[in-house]
Formats: sequence, structure tokens, C-alpha cells
Amino acid sequence: MTLTRRDVENIAHLARLRISEAELPAYANNLSRILGFVEQLAAADTAGVVPMAHPLEGEVQRLRADVVTETDRHERYQQNAPAVEAGLYLVPKVIE
Amino acid sequence: MKLHELSVAALGRGLREREFSSVEVTRAFLDRIAARNPALNAFITVTAGRALADAAAADARLARGEGRPLTGVPLAHKDIFCTDGILTTCGSRILGNFVAPYDATVVERLDAAGMVLLGKTNMDEFAMGSSNETSGYGPVRNPWDPGRVPGGSSGGSAAAVAAGLAPVATGTDTGGSIRQPAALTGLTGLKPTYGRVSRYGMIAFASSLDQGGVLAQSAVDAALVLAAMAGPDARDSTCIERPVPDYVAGLERPMRGLRIGIIREFFGPGLEPGTGAAVQAALGGFRTLGAELVEVSLPNLPLSVPTYYVVAPAEASSNLSRFDGVRFGHRCADPQDLRDLYERSRGEGFGAEVKRRIMTGTYVLSAGYYDAYYLKAQQVRSLINADFRRAFAAVDVLMGPTSPTPAFPLGAKVDDPITMYLNDIYTIGANLAGLPAISVPCGLVEGLPVGLQVIGPHFAEELLLAVAHAWQRETDWHQRRPPEPAGGTA
Amino acid sequence: MSGGWETVIGLEIHAQLATRAKIFSGAATAFGAPPNAQACLVDLGYPGVLPVLNGEAVRMAVRFGLAIGARIAPRSVFARKNYFYPDLPKGYQISQYELPIVSGGAVTIVLEDGSRKRIGVTRAHLEEDAGKSLHEGLGEWTGIDLNRAGTPLLEIVSEPELRSAREAIAYMKKIHTLVRYLGICDGNMQEGSFRCDANVSVRPVGASEFGTRCEIKNLNSFRFVDKAIQYEVGRQIELIEGGGRVVQETRLYDSDRGVTRPMRTKEEANDYRYFPDPDLLPLVLEPAFVESVRATLPELPDDKAARFVADHGLSEYDAGVLTASRELADYYEAVVAALGGEPKLAANWVMGDLAGLLNRDGLEISGAPVTAAGLAGLLGRIVDGTISGKIAKEVLEAMWSEGQGADAVIEARGLRQITDSTALEAVIAAVLAANPGQLAGYRAGKDKLFGFFVGQVMKATGGKANPAQVNELLKRLLAGP
Repeated sequence: MTLTRRDVENIAHLARLRISEAELPAYANNLSRILGFVEQLAAADTAGVVPMAHPLEGEVQRLRADVVTETDRHERYQQNAPAVEAGLYLVPKVIE
Repeated sequence: MKLHELSVAALGRGLREREFSSVEVTRAFLDRIAARNPALNAFITVTAGRALADAAAADARLARGEGRPLTGVPLAHKDIFCTDGILTTCGSRILGNFVAPYDATVVERLDAAGMVLLGKTNMDEFAMGSSNETSGYGPVRNPWDPGRVPGGSSGGSAAAVAAGLAPVATGTDTGGSIRQPAALTGLTGLKPTYGRVSRYGMIAFASSLDQGGVLAQSAVDAALVLAAMAGPDARDSTCIERPVPDYVAGLERPMRGLRIGIIREFFGPGLEPGTGAAVQAALGGFRTLGAELVEVSLPNLPLSVPTYYVVAPAEASSNLSRFDGVRFGHRCADPQDLRDLYERSRGEGFGAEVKRRIMTGTYVLSAGYYDAYYLKAQQVRSLINADFRRAFAAVDVLMGPTSPTPAFPLGAKVDDPITMYLNDIYTIGANLAGLPAISVPCGLVEGLPVGLQVIGPHFAEELLLAVAHAWQRETDWHQRRPPEPAGGTA
Repeated sequence: MSGGWETVIGLEIHAQLATRAKIFSGAATAFGAPPNAQACLVDLGYPGVLPVLNGEAVRMAVRFGLAIGARIAPRSVFARKNYFYPDLPKGYQISQYELPIVSGGAVTIVLEDGSRKRIGVTRAHLEEDAGKSLHEGLGEWTGIDLNRAGTPLLEIVSEPELRSAREAIAYMKKIHTLVRYLGICDGNMQEGSFRCDANVSVRPVGASEFGTRCEIKNLNSFRFVDKAIQYEVGRQIELIEGGGRVVQETRLYDSDRGVTRPMRTKEEANDYRYFPDPDLLPLVLEPAFVESVRATLPELPDDKAARFVADHGLSEYDAGVLTASRELADYYEAVVAALGGEPKLAANWVMGDLAGLLNRDGLEISGAPVTAAGLAGLLGRIVDGTISGKIAKEVLEAMWSEGQGADAVIEARGLRQITDSTALEAVIAAVLAANPGQLAGYRAGKDKLFGFFVGQVMKATGGKANPAQVNELLKRLLAGP
């Protein structure tokens, strides 16, 4: 798999990463090599093999009781926030 | 022996017998950190004030006779664990200003056990690396040779314990990140079974592979600390509800009759000869102890690295989406619009390796590629898991090298991701199958430590620790210390 | 519908489940808290935190599945839907994708002509709600409130079997009724507890292929669903008839202008990169669990309506109206029980005067000032002849505003019917004496004048005369001595 600069731009946008023009060729090269490397998986015979999403087979989801355990701590949590006003997190204006 | 040379077990005993105080011990380690950390860069944050206050509180409990095995013993946490009120960076510039408002379960439990936090250790950014060179806070140096890497991603924890800046440290292991640095710095590094230790508060890299564990000076120390940090946690759906055995009590166990499987695929051409010889010698040692050695083959295991480099980046690409400059972490200056806010905050905050993995993961999950990459990798993961299951039907534990080579020079592999990824060729299998594995020192090659890896079936931590302990009763590799630099020490 | 085109609609209804805590965290779900006061670390997507599933949300989803005769998956899986948006803190929504908890049910809607239509429900899956973006009053910024983030949602996806806005509304109302019957959603559309996305397309009548569809997002009232679909259908037909082509896209309904328009933030094609959420294990439901939920199901609206028709002799229409909400049906049944019968009388009053007063005052049945027992008390006085139906309307209004029982109002206002024959005969005699001309006319054969005399007697008694008794006495006295 050889990725073009354009491919890298598309992936970077999907992942919301700014990659500079100067960096694009190196990313294209490295990502192509990584994808080339993992393509050896194609040779494995996996016909009928159940995909393994989780290392603990047979374990099932636990259910929590429907109980409110949290209190209002937004002031503490928002100490980490870059921009807050009136308890709201701020982002540049979004037009839907 | 100096205080900073004592094991966790010895420190705990000495504290309870009032041979020294926790404040004295803590001060000794803080002095070591002050003296050695500038050169090693093992810590990102040192919590000296808090450590001394906690030590004083521990001393008060010890004075009242309320001491338990770990009361007043210092430790260091990998900076991947959230610590309430303390900077938690995960090795990334994107969290350069992130003060966690809560404690990880591991942190909470070791705190409750009375341990004293010295600080947060350096690591590869978001645990993505095998050399500690991807850290946003500079590389960590290997105490055995400052020109070499300590391994990664728990490189700061490894260097700190190896150099006597902390008696023990936590780590996390997604593809070898506890075992490989333990091997490269002469430590005992245990990655427990997936689900044995809570992941709550451990910043996620690849959620189906990540597991917290310990880097210690011996199996005894690892057993003591694991017993305090493991166990069910209602806040982590993947943490298994299963009681924690008394790992210390289980340490003494004869090796006679133990069936050891030697993994044929781990002794191929990529293995550095000196490392291979040290591991073979260790295997011979176990035979002398009465164990049965048989060669086993896990034919799909060579596919573990490509499998991992699909599964881990896929999960990471999603896990790292939350770092968007809105609620915490780095935010770019003067965002023009929403897209600019996202792309620049993330572009500036993440390092190159993290970006590579996010993009790899984004690609393998994207429309049209999911089946060929992600689904295929999950299927191969199944095959690898089945290989392990078959092997454990015939043997009690599997053995082989932890790392193909001893510590390599800084910068040697940093420009070539594939070569770097192949460092984890022997460790990744256990993560894919969720198995417990331990690395124990088994020799030195040209003055650099070599690790023997022991892999067990699910929840066989007790057996792995007993095997490691049996080895450490016969050998002194785990007691070897890196040379102190010229010019004196604290 | 303009000639030659058929409308095809599928609805994705989002019902917020009425749990106390969120689906993956212990934060409260209550509406109207100050911004971010109910957003805990899990809801905020803080580094290191993990989701743990709320069992009540699972039970509620199973209730819904059982109520529509669907299959409850013995094993379902949570997946991550990845996209960047400020109201989505983790950069992914935890949802169910390949293996939803509920699949393959149906509901029956009743159309205006009384005919019935079965609408298939493809699936219903559990997921977490997103937060809210506030665009007003923050200058160049948008404010993000994550209180709603993590509220459990049941997304109910219909088959594309709805053929008009009216069918869509009937289906949506049906689901609305059902989720409230089941007690799994408060149905409050103004607060966004119940809302839908509509997939709309048109195709030539008789065509078997579907046309290109547009998805209209976030419709939160029945009226908007109606208007948005009608507008969108018109737009698509006009576009195609004008030689254009419908482009598959996500649109928003602008209620101020009554139009739909493309949603800017969805302009670029999304690639959601779904994959199983490794933080959550497969949700496995044992048959015993499902049966324990089934045992708690209430009587469902269709069953209740059928019973009202069979046992109470109500019309299907009346039974449908009375079972539109569980509270209304319960009220009606309580009236019948207290009255000891008379279901048609009870139904007429509940759907008529009572509903009128509720509507006038903007009240829900649960807030009616007159209880079911109170209404039964009133109707009892009609049955036993104490008052007429007409007077009863006046009594109900008084009970409504004064909070008194029927008997107290009747006594206080002296509204008891005059049933004393001697007294009525005296009134009638006076009426006859006062209207000799009409009397002569009647006796000469003008039967129609009977009504005139009834009116005069009622007028003279202030409406309190027993109408049946007046008829009987009048007939006798008009006939002559």
C-alpha cells in the first residue's frame, strides 16, 4: 500500500491533525511502510475464524445499579479547561 | 546497605521494626532523585513536599503499630496514572498543563496501602514507544549506559528503580511496555492478566491490550505491590471480579515437575546471540531445578507484531480523540474556527509517533479498509490466542527472551518505525491473548542486562512470581546494580 | 400528494430513557440543571475514565422490545461511532451497531379512514446522548453544556414503510404512547426527551427502487415532523420534475421559515469508523432476565383498547382516544369503577367536557382538579336523575374551579332537578294559562308546538325540571282536562 500526499491529507483531516506541507512526504512514506508491514496479515488463512475483540473470552458486561453517585464538581473540572464562560466550555462559533 | 539500595520487602520490614522512619527513607530517595534525575530524566514530576507529608503520616501509623507491609515505603507512578491534584502528562505535551482531578484506582489502592508517592515517571508519549524517545519531556537514559535507551514505554519507571531513585514503580504494558524496559534495565517486570488490575484512571492507549503492572527489584517486591494494586473494580467493566490470591505466600514453590514450554519462534534469526545465550543458560538453570523443558511451536505468533500494529493504533485513534483542546489539555492560540481548533491543538500537542499511530488507526478503521485490516487483525488475534491455548494444554508456563537485544543506543532506531516496532516481537503475543507475563534478569551482555520472559495462562500471576522467585533464589542477576557515575552520589 | 409520486419515509426516533443516572456514569439525568453541573468525569470524556453500563437502561430497552414483539438479542455489543463535534466529548459516541439489543418488531397504526397498517421496527438500540451547543449570547463563541451527554437513548428505527407525513405522525404518536405506557420515557418533546430524524424520499408510483433520501435531523414536535416532511416531499418532487436530482444529505428543519436546508456541519461525508468498544464487554441477557422483565409489563395500549371495545362496548375510535395515554385510560377506568358501570357515559364525559377543560387550562390528565372519583360522583347524579346532563356541565365547571364535590355544588347552587309532580303540574298549568293561543293551536293538531311548551317549562324552572317527567306531564295536560 502506497499512500499519496493526498491520502495522508485526507486521513489527517479525518483524524483532525494538522500536518504541514513539509511533513507530508515523511508521513506518506512512514505510513506506507507501516501499512505495507501489516499487510503480511493478508497471507494468514482466517476463513471461518471468529474475530477476537477482547482478550477475555466468555466474560460479559456487568450492570450498574441506577443510582446517582456524582455531585456537581464542574468548577473543579473546569480548572483544566482552556476557555469557559458561565459554566460553558467555549469553542469557535459553530454554524449548524 | 544504604536506604536507597533496599528492597520494598526490606524497607517495609525496617519501617515496621522502626529501624528507620518513612521520612528518612523518603528523604533518601528524594536526595537520590535530586542528584541523579537531571542526568537520567526518569521523572517528569517530583512530589517532594507531599511525599514528606505522607511519609510523616505513615510514620505516625507505624508508631501506633498500624504498619502493614507497604506502609511508609516510597514508590513512583508512571505518568499515565491519574493522580488527584498532581500534573499528569502521559508523556505528552498535549497534557502539559493537565492536573488530574481524581486518582486512578491503582493510585488510590497503593495510597491506601500506605505507600508514599515520590513522583511521576517519564514515558513514551501515550505509551507509544519502545525506547522512551517519543516522550514530550525528553528521552530517559539507561542507568547502565547513559548513551543507551532504558526501553519503553515505562522507561522512566525502569530507570528510576534501576538507579535507586525509587524502590519500586508502576508501569503499564500494552505491547511489552513493562517487560521490555525491565529487561533492558535489569529489573523484574510483571504484566498481569488483562483484567487483573483496574484500568480506571490509567490513560488509555489501546484499551483491549493495556494492563497496569509493576517494575521491581525482585519477584518478592513485585508480589507485595501487585497484591495491593490488583483486584475487582466497579469502575472498570473489563476488570475481572475474582479474588486476589496472597502472592507473597505463594512464592515458595518447587520447580520440580514444572513443565516449561520453550517457544521455538522466539529463537529465530532476529535474536542477538549474546541475549540468546543468556536465555538458554537460564533455561538450563530451570532444568537443573527439576523442571521439564519441551519445545513448543506457536505458528501464528510471528504475526503478532503486524496484528498489534493494526489493533493498537485502531483503538488509540479513537481513545485519543478526546484530546481536542476543549475541556482539558493544550489548545492552540487564536483558533479561527472549529476545524482549526481541533487540527492545530492536536497537531501541536501530539508528537510524530502518536500522529503516525492515530493516522494508521484511522486508516485501518475507515470505510473500505476495515475488513482487510481491522477485522483481519482480529481474526489473526484469534489464531494467536488459540496457539497459546493449545500450548498451555501441554505446559505450565512458556519461556523465551523478553527482548531481541539488550539496550540500544539513543537515536539508533528512532527514524525507522518498523525496526522500532520489532523490538516488541516477543512481548506483544501476551498482550493480544491477555496473558500474564514476567521478565526477570538472567544475565549481562557486555555490561547490559538481559531478560528472561515467562508467560503463563490467564490469572497465573502466582505461578509466574513463584517461577521468578525460584530463579532469583538461585541467582543474583536481579541484585546487580548499574554502575554509579563518577563524581559521587547522594 | 401531487400525481405520480409516492413518498417513502423511515423514522429514527430517539427516546431518552427515564433512568435516574446516566447510561455509563453515576451522574444525574434531571433536566434543567445549571450548565455542566451534571457532567461527571465519564460524561466529560476525561482521560482515564471508563464506562459501566446502567442495568435499568437495559431493562427499559428490553421492555420496549417485548412490547413490540421484537427479538431480544441474547448477546449484543456496544460499538464506538467516531466523529469530532464539540458536544461529543470523547470524539466517539457509544452506540450499538452490528448487534443491537432489539430487532424486528412492529406496531399497528390506525389511519383516518379507520384502516390499520402494520409498521415494522427494524431495530432499537441503546446509545448515549450528546451534549448541547448554545449559540446565543456568547459573541464569536459557541458554549458547550454536557449535562445531557451520556443520557441513555433508545434509538428506534422504523422500516421505510411510512407513505405520508400523516402516517409518520401516527407512527410517532404510537411509539410516544407506548414508551410512556412502559414508563421508559417521559415523552417530553419540548425538553427533547422524545425526538426524531426523518429519512424522506420520493419515487414514481409503482416503482420498486427507492429514491435518493434526505435525512431531516432533530425534529422535536409532531407539528414539525408534519411540516418538515411535507416541505421536503414537495422540494424533492419539484427538484426531480424540474430535471434535477436529489442529493443524499443531512438537512435541518427551520421552523421559523418552514423549510428544510442542508446542515453545514454535515456537509462533508462522514466516515464513522465503527468498531466494538473495547471498554465494554458483550451484553449477554439470559432468558430468565428477559422473562423477569416480561412479567412486569403493563397492559399495552392496543390490548387495553381492544378490551374497552369488547367489555365496555366503546367504539374503536373512542377506545383509541382513551388509551392514547396510560394516565387517561386509568382515569377513565377509575370513573367506570367508581360509577359501577355506565362506560359510554364515562367515556363521553372524559373525552368531551373533561378533555375540553384540560385543553382550556393547558393541563395534563394527572393535573386535573377533578379526580376520577369526583367525576364519577357527578355522573352518578345524572344517572339517578338528580340533575340533567346540561346542568351537569355547569356543575363540572364549578367543581373544576372551586374544588368541591358534585353534591356540594348541586346543593349550594340549588341545581337539584324538580321531580315533584305536583310542583311541576303547577308550573305547567301556569304556562298553559299564559299561552292560550298556542294551546288552542296544539289542540287543533299543531303537534310541533309541543317543543314550545317544553321550552317554556324549562325556562320557568331554570332548567331544573326533569325532562322526561316534563314530557310525560305535558302530554297529559295538553290533551285537555
